Amino acid sequence: MTAAETTPEQSGTTVAVRPPRLPLSEYLRVGALLVASMAAAIGCAALLLSVTGSSPATVFRAMVTGSVGSRVALTATLNHAGPILLVALGALVATRSGLLNIGQEGQISIGALFGVAVGLAVQAPRGITLLLIGATAAAAGALWASLASVLRFTRGGSEVITTLLLNFVGFQVVSFAVNRPWLLQEDLPEGSILSASPQSNPLPPAGHLPTLAQGPGFRLNSGITVAVGLALVLAFLLARTRWGFELRTVGLNPRAARRSGVSPARVGSGALALSGALAGLAGGVLLSGTAFRVNDGFSNNYGWEGLLAALVAGSVTLAVIPSSLLFGALRAGSGVLAATGVSPTIVGAVQALVVIAVTLPLLYLNRRRLRALVQRTGVSRT
Amino acid sequence: MIDNITLIVDSSVRIAATLLFAALGELVAERAGTLNISVEGAMLSSAFAAAYGSHATGSAYYGFLIGVAVGIVVSLVQANLSHRIRINQFVTGLVLNLLAIGVTSFLLAEVKMAPVQFGLVRIPGLASIPIIGDALFEQRAPFFLLYGLVPLVWWVLKRSRWGLELNAVGENPTAADANGIPVDVRRRQAIYFGGLLAGISGAYLSVGLIGAFTPNMTALRGFIAIAAVIFGGWTLSGTVAGTLLFGGAEALRVSLPALGVTITPQVLIALPYLAAIAAIAVLSQRRRQPAALGQTFGRGIS
Repeated sequence: MTAAETTPEQSGTTVAVRPPRLPLSEYLRVGALLVASMAAAIGCAALLLSVTGSSPATVFRAMVTGSVGSRVALTATLNHAGPILLVALGALVATRSGLLNIGQEGQISIGALFGVAVGLAVQAPRGITLLLIGATAAAAGALWASLASVLRFTRGGSEVITTLLLNFVGFQVVSFAVNRPWLLQEDLPEGSILSASPQSNPLPPAGHLPTLAQGPGFRLNSGITVAVGLALVLAFLLARTRWGFELRTVGLNPRAARRSGVSPARVGSGALALSGALAGLAGGVLLSGTAFRVNDGFSNNYGWEGLLAALVAGSVTLAVIPSSLLFGALRAGSGVLAATGVSPTIVGAVQALVVIAVTLPLLYLNRRRLRALVQRTGVSRT
Repeated sequence: MIDNITLIVDSSVRIAATLLFAALGELVAERAGTLNISVEGAMLSSAFAAAYGSHATGSAYYGFLIGVAVGIVVSLVQANLSHRIRINQFVTGLVLNLLAIGVTSFLLAEVKMAPVQFGLVRIPGLASIPIIGDALFEQRAPFFLLYGLVPLVWWVLKRSRWGLELNAVGENPTAADANGIPVDVRRRQAIYFGGLLAGISGAYLSVGLIGAFTPNMTALRGFIAIAAVIFGGWTLSGTVAGTLLFGGAEALRVSLPALGVTITPQVLIALPYLAAIAAIAVLSQRRRQPAALGQTFGRGIS
């Protein structure tokens, strides 16, 4: 059925071969490497804290308390993890097709902008309003990402550069809209002074995501369930359908894909659009789940965190769920850091270090698998 | 009117200089086949290091050197992760960029710095030329490095053995490898050269152009430099023209409101990025990029 089970001899130029199982000792070694490199990453962060005169132990305790220490903290972690997971899924789809979308920040902003416009315009029951906001946000994100795929597949411009540059254009589009009274700027009572950071009107209650749990000081929205549900669907689609197979083929060997009648441009631009749609949807979830309005700087690093979560997950689709929870926890933890007198920006450095720490052992694992594959099949071309 | 033109030319050239340092390094790295996006992180790190170094030593010159050294360190990490261990070069660059933002923002929040800035240097006589005199001959000291670096990069790429090998590695790594040119070694060296120049660029930005460090002060200038290389069709003269164009776009953003021209601020802020995207859209294909740009080289893997 899927090519994962075909041998290189049968499939000719096809590239996807089930990775061979390695001896247990190799997996243990990868595990030990992972522990060591994570310890090194945490050590680097601790060193950075020490040289600036903060106590790493205090910061660590605050981060743990702020992310899993109470129901309020857990809610914050899960509310952050939802949009992060959606962004990560999108990033994953793009990477599978060999493209690197780093424009999620802009796609989130554009998605939320169009989402709030629709949410403010329609008068409908909650289910319909939410569906409209989600669909609009996803469509807007997809269109924004597709600008990059037009440049990639008609002009040959690197999507890494164009998606990134489009972020900054996206921010300005949002800023333009929330600074124009005739567009989305907040209606203020006569005579009141415009706030320093202009924003849109808040969504009506019909545009709020349903509550899963709430109590004093917290409200868990259903964003995380939407994201986990989509993760399961996507994992199935990637592993078990023709579309998922074509995506991987294009990503691993575009030349082989073209020879077997799969157009890298078609598959790639579809992947980039879906990637943007998921980032746009993440913007919609942020909007309907926690923010309820759009302002300057709306995406607030959710895009970068989702992208990093996807890089941590690597080639295992469902690993994005735990990695997004980790990044959600880091973000929730950073929220309480300011109270300890340490700048929360340290978390940005920790996030990047975590990615390097996870990438190295996975790279080692892939090398061993490749070597085992070469030994078993005698095929040296991958 | 003439004064205004002189002013705009002057600020275009000042901003273009920051871009040009980084773009020269990026040009060399790209000719060897690496689309090195960590140029942004290297610029940001060295901008911070130069500002802090100047504050700590009390000398803009020492601070500048410290900044350049940090730029090289970032390129060492990038080159060894992407062209020794062979992690995807974009992933490496992206993570380094985010690491640079995180570390510099954190350090900026935790340490106090007194601003230090290079003084203006005026070349007598030449600086009196109308319109372009101020722009080209009255600038902060590091600016004048450009007069040596531009010919140096031309000589390296066109006349030196090392530079010709870089071109070979960027165009056809398999053939270069068969001829005994160590592909990954040359690519790493090209990235180190890029790191040196990104370091100069970042240090010039903080202790030369602005005179202080602010959070994420490079604001994607590294990527604008990459766009300038693409705009220039991977040629030296084109790259110089590209940086002048993008420098001009940013100078207009700063100076138009001061001249009483009202343009929507959001359009002005987006202008350099739009110009870069337009350049990529129009020019990506007209001039051919190095054939192996952005691809990892490995024997037996095509």
